[in-house]
Amino acid sequence: MLDILLPILIFAALALAAIGALRRVRLWRQGRSSPVSIAKGLAAMPRRYLVDLHHVVARDKYISNTHVATAGGFVAAAVLMILVHGLGLGSLQGLGGVLGWLLLAASACMFVGSLFVAKRRRNPPPRLSKGPWMRLPKSLMAFSLGVFVITLASVGIVPADLGSWIVALVLAGVVTWGLAEMVFGMTWGGPMKHAFAGALHLAFHRRPERFSTKEGGSGRSTGLKALDLDDDRAPLGVGAPRDFTWNQLLGFDACVQCGRCEAACPAFAAGQPLNPKKLIQDMVVGMVGGSDAHYAGSPYPGKPIGEHGGDPHGPIVARPFANGGTALVDADTLWSCTTCRACVEECPMMIEHVDAIVDMRRFLTLEHGNTPNKGGDVLDNLIATDNPGGFDPGSRLNWAADQNLPLMADRQEAEVLLWLGDGAFDMRNQRTLRALVKVLRAAEVDFAVLGNEERDSGDVARRLGDEATFQRLARRNITTLSRYRFTHIVTCDPHSFHVLKNEYGALGGHYSVFHHSTYIAELFDSGRLNLKAWKGDSVTYHDPCYLGRYNGEYEAPRRVLQALGIEVKEMARSGYRSRCCGGGGGAPITDIPGKRRIPDMRMDDVRETGAELVAVGCPQCTAMLEGVVNASAEVRDIAELVAEGLNEESAQDRASRRTQQSEEALVS
Amino acid sequence: MPHDANSQTSARAQPHGGGQPSVAVLVSMGRHPLTERARRADQDARAVEMALSLGDVQPRLLHAGHFDQDSEAALRGYLGMGFDALELIEQEPGADVIAALCDRLRDAAPQLVLTGARAETDEGSGLLPYLLAEALGWPIVASLASIERIEQGEATLLQALPRGQRRRLRVRLPAVFTVDGSAPAPRQSAFGPARRGVVERIACTSLQDAAFAEWRIQPARKRPKRLKIVKAASARDRFKAAAAKAEGGGGQVLADVTPEQGAEAIFKLLQEEGVLR
Repeated sequence: MLDILLPILIFAALALAAIGALRRVRLWRQGRSSPVSIAKGLAAMPRRYLVDLHHVVARDKYISNTHVATAGGFVAAAVLMILVHGLGLGSLQGLGGVLGWLLLAASACMFVGSLFVAKRRRNPPPRLSKGPWMRLPKSLMAFSLGVFVITLASVGIVPADLGSWIVALVLAGVVTWGLAEMVFGMTWGGPMKHAFAGALHLAFHRRPERFSTKEGGSGRSTGLKALDLDDDRAPLGVGAPRDFTWNQLLGFDACVQCGRCEAACPAFAAGQPLNPKKLIQDMVVGMVGGSDAHYAGSPYPGKPIGEHGGDPHGPIVARPFANGGTALVDADTLWSCTTCRACVEECPMMIEHVDAIVDMRRFLTLEHGNTPNKGGDVLDNLIATDNPGGFDPGSRLNWAADQNLPLMADRQEAEVLLWLGDGAFDMRNQRTLRALVKVLRAAEVDFAVLGNEERDSGDVARRLGDEATFQRLARRNITTLSRYRFTHIVTCDPHSFHVLKNEYGALGGHYSVFHHSTYIAELFDSGRLNLKAWKGDSVTYHDPCYLGRYNGEYEAPRRVLQALGIEVKEMARSGYRSRCCGGGGGAPITDIPGKRRIPDMRMDDVRETGAELVAVGCPQCTAMLEGVVNASAEVRDIAELVAEGLNEESAQDRASRRTQQSEEALVS
Repeated sequence: MPHDANSQTSARAQPHGGGQPSVAVLVSMGRHPLTERARRADQDARAVEMALSLGDVQPRLLHAGHFDQDSEAALRGYLGMGFDALELIEQEPGADVIAALCDRLRDAAPQLVLTGARAETDEGSGLLPYLLAEALGWPIVASLASIERIEQGEATLLQALPRGQRRRLRVRLPAVFTVDGSAPAPRQSAFGPARRGVVERIACTSLQDAAFAEWRIQPARKRPKRLKIVKAASARDRFKAAAAKAEGGGGQVLADVTPEQGAEAIFKLLQEEGVLR
């Protein structure tokens, strides 16, 4: 009886899955077009899955091993099952027998994997979604066990009718359950959807540069994509789910709700109303249409589940005056994000949360004109005075009145263009700038500054969604920079660093940009800096998001600290897992309230190390961490530490040596 | 002249022709005080905000002046507050726009004209609303804090007085209201509506302002500020000093006097103060 039933079941499930797949594809295609290569993407997909995705999954060894067993077993078992039970190849002699044994092995492997899935689900960490995901281990077992037992019959270990028709019927039922979850559910929205959508998401990812290639490849793509402002009809950001590009919608659908993003998100931890996982699920709800009532994970802190909903053409964020109604998400959810990319870094599915959030912010700012709190004022200042504080642009160099800094306008060329950033208006950051200038002078670097010609890099404007102001600032800066000749740009602001390096390219500005820590490390390595040994307290180092996760620079700052003779006491969350200071993405400007402040949590991380000094490399981090009350550690920029550690005598020695040499040259 | 709430204006109430009143907001080009970049003028933007806060009514924006790149940037700033269109009465540079505005307002017949108290560019004398009200024969109320309600052709207003004081007024419409820094701050101007908004240009003969043409214009010098010496010892005293009403020392209230007597009293005061010699 199973001989007749199984092919029907398998092909019915496959047919239904095909229909479901078409429906799902139609849902994704509601989005806007996106320039990705279909053929190239599909060809690259296996490598992206096996190398890049696995690299992220393998940060949790338990689940990566489990996934290899379960998913590998399933894929093999599914293919073999179609051959053996669907097409009846199992009954053939020779090859058929081998296929049957292989299927036994694959389903056994999958069964072992599903046992570990079940173990994880017995007492799941809070970041995991419950609901349909709780039945997944049972479904996995039903599929693997069912297939295993019926295959036992095919290879002839047990009788073909398994003893009685009742057993056969029960077994058919179990296999049906397995097939329903694993094949039919894959395209109709069950937990296994992640496999179908995820595979295609990897193939058609909107940032193909993110993935490594055989030749190496940078594997990093973090600059935001530019909006086309010349086209009047192009939407300004994303106001409704169908305004996303189709591969963004596909990306949302790929989410496995593992909650690693949630565990990494500083805003979620601070009790601000953001949970990256819920946000992605809300986008899926918007794409399909309906309400978030079926979501079975942690909510946005302080926002109950079931009150929000939407459809592909409806608004994502309700306008504030529309009778206090709700739409898909509330605006404060989007404005809680610090754009620290911790979620993107952790996501095993390579979903781009920050892109989506900035896309939606763009609509709120450019169309609604509704940037919260001081956002509007900051944008007005950037438009009128080229700096977020509204200071006189002619006073940008006032802090350096005693520094006698060489101006690009006078020099026309220099080896290094020192980009000051808006920290030039901030008294705390002026200390860092002074220190940096001292270090550059000690290393006899040929540098110059733009002075009053410099403008804000546009970072804050862009993260606040004001793409128009960003592009205006960027274009003017590019024009200014094009007038001068220089080899590198060096800056102590990772935000300017990132924007100059990764985001000006799309507007025609290509530069070799260094963060000051990288540049100082190179100066030291080439022997141009003579440093004393550090005699101070124990030190820890805080990785700025825009230097670390955005640009992969984790080593240079540590190398500089090491050069000073400092042994860094690492925090539990450091390197690519560094916790944000709360200062990115305009978050201090939009200032969405939470239960705690993000910098307080970061200073607690510092306290845990017992360090008495925390070294930073970013004006935002300095401001945020220094703003913590009752801090256990002092906050110092790397440039300040290096400036303090300079061996001044040697510099004088060298100077006198040089004069001697020139005198000798004169004599001879 | 403002009508006090206690006066008999309410007795003259007439049924108004139903629906929301039509509102026109006069907007001008502003300049940022530090960088002199063109932008929406702060007070005018506050007037637009006040018009938008009236509820369902869709106010109309009106600008009279020369149209160039700078003024377009500034005017689009108002469109970005959520408008589809703005009426622009084209005038040559240096023209006196009062006649043109007056004609246009007579044609459009709005119930309410809102505008900033003083322009940020050109003459900036703050006289325009008064001259306009005079030419139209409408009442004018200066420095509005809010419009509380409009019913039956009568507006109930809160007028801002020094030191945070407010005066409630009821005024027959149509009327001209001016708005200054005590009105609520304007909403953000959004790029999308600003770019889409249409500037409807209306051709109009311009009348050269002969007097203005003869003036020499130079940047204002910062005048020295009189130091305010607060003698208060405690926070409570300081607060009282800040919040106290201006107390007239040797003032004198004249009631039921002939115009001649009034003029004489003013003349005498001006002589005492050394304004007239």
